Amino acid sequence: MRLADTEVVDTFAEAFPMWGARIVITAESPAWAHEAARSMTGFATSVIGCKCEAGIERELDPAETPDGRPGATALLFANDREGLAKRLVERVGQCVLTCPTTACFNGLDGSETVDVGGQLRFFGDGYQASKVLDGRRYWRVPVMEGEFLVEERFAVAEGVAGGNIIVLGRDVTDALRATEAAAAAMRDVRGVVLPFPGGIARSGSKVGSRYSGLMASTNEALCPTLRAQVPHTDVPADAGSVFEIVIDGLTLEAVREAMARGLEAAAGAGASQVTAGNYGGNLGPFHIELRGLVPSLRDE
Amino acid sequence: MPLTLTLREPPAVPLEAEGLAPDRLARSPRGEIEALTVWHGNERAQIGDFFAVSGNGDQELRVEGDLRRVKFLGSGMTGGRLIVAGHAGMHAGAEMRGGELIVEGDVGEFAGTGMRGGRLVVRGSAGHELGGAHPGERAGMRGGEILVHGEAGDQVGGGLRRGLIAVAGRLGDAAGLRMLAGTIVALGGVGAAPGADMRRGTIVSMSAVDLLPTFAFASSYRPPFLRVYLHHLRELGFPLTDEQIRGRYARWSGDGLELRRGEILILEAGP
Repeated sequence: MRLADTEVVDTFAEAFPMWGARIVITAESPAWAHEAARSMTGFATSVIGCKCEAGIERELDPAETPDGRPGATALLFANDREGLAKRLVERVGQCVLTCPTTACFNGLDGSETVDVGGQLRFFGDGYQASKVLDGRRYWRVPVMEGEFLVEERFAVAEGVAGGNIIVLGRDVTDALRATEAAAAAMRDVRGVVLPFPGGIARSGSKVGSRYSGLMASTNEALCPTLRAQVPHTDVPADAGSVFEIVIDGLTLEAVREAMARGLEAAAGAGASQVTAGNYGGNLGPFHIELRGLVPSLRDE
Repeated sequence: MPLTLTLREPPAVPLEAEGLAPDRLARSPRGEIEALTVWHGNERAQIGDFFAVSGNGDQELRVEGDLRRVKFLGSGMTGGRLIVAGHAGMHAGAEMRGGELIVEGDVGEFAGTGMRGGRLVVRGSAGHELGGAHPGERAGMRGGEILVHGEAGDQVGGGLRRGLIAVAGRLGDAAGLRMLAGTIVALGGVGAAPGADMRRGTIVSMSAVDLLPTFAFASSYRPPFLRVYLHHLRELGFPLTDEQIRGRYARWSGDGLELRRGEILILEAGP
């Protein structure tokens, strides 16, 4: 298939269910809200090594936040509900509670919730106080700066992780330019995050390794430098560099939308080829075909 | 046209109309509504003896007429919306558990007593013991919201355990007397002895307060929770200014005769 001058491989991204939460962080300035969100979503590129995946979803205007201050939303994903609850407590506790002027709120509707503020309140060592407004309980935790406000319960929901596109280019410069354009386009979609640095991974992996105990290792079929060494390569002769964008979302529709925008943007920015990662369809229940994503895709 | 009950003429003595709640009257036939019991002084009577019933509806009830001697309007209601087109007598919204009671005029004493949920909106003013406790009970209001656009009398939120009481005008004396928790917001200031014997909870005043000596100054700051509360009130149509929402508040802790875990927050002038 082709989209503009870009070859699009007729394949699919294989995605998995993961539990997700949306965290709203507000602060006295956009900079501090962003700083807390950045800290909270740090070291959260892959569940394989980080126990969770997270990213900043978007910045919020004061009119969009519960306390009328500037803010940001972050999405956090983990393999199960219990794991997500633990990661939320750890990360809100270490990265938001500690950050100057911040407050932290649940940003997701849903009846299934986990306790976050109700755990963090103990930092108040008995001086904490709660407030209940409109059916939601907030904890006021006294801190040296003043007071940290955190909502008690955060909604969690089953989302979709592992949506992806893989972008190939003539060299690093070309491939990265196209992938950056794709990541930028994807960030406009609500309900998704791109958990890797800048949204882009240069080290897409395969499951397993020749070394026992290693769950994932380099995807040699997409390593241009190994083209002549491996029994099978997916790197065409005109491609010298490959990047992957992984997308985690609260819904399958949001992940599909992000992949579609990324595909169009990558093609528009001169990618030589776009493909997607899967495991033969045997592991993940969500198969997102590239073929159906963009109407202007044409068969060669 | 919503289900409407129109009081034909003011009763000679107070009329206790505890059944007048939208969730109880919803979808009831007119004859059944007219036959509901009310107490006229110490005499048992029927709603139809005093009210003309018209319209129909399942979630909204409108009560019209000079209702200043009609007590317990909306008491115990659990859902729907009750609109009182005028003043309401004593105990309006007492023991409410859900829904919305809107009084377009004033309410008498003991409005919202023992309230546990829902929202009571008073476009006019409220009498004494708004959101208070029943005689002999330690705890007063246990949940829900009371919004008064006018003023309120003495002992607002007495024994308050949970919930929000917001008054656009001034509160009388002893606001938050013996309160256990919850929040009282007074845009027009408070009278004497606010928070006397309070254990926990918050009283917010937008003007200077004559504090009891058993309250101690803690600090001046911008309480994060208060911004959430004040934004919520503004969304409900309360006349809050940006200065009040963003302002600095002096925090006074008290009552020192109790746990000293309550607070009175007083808006400070200037940025």
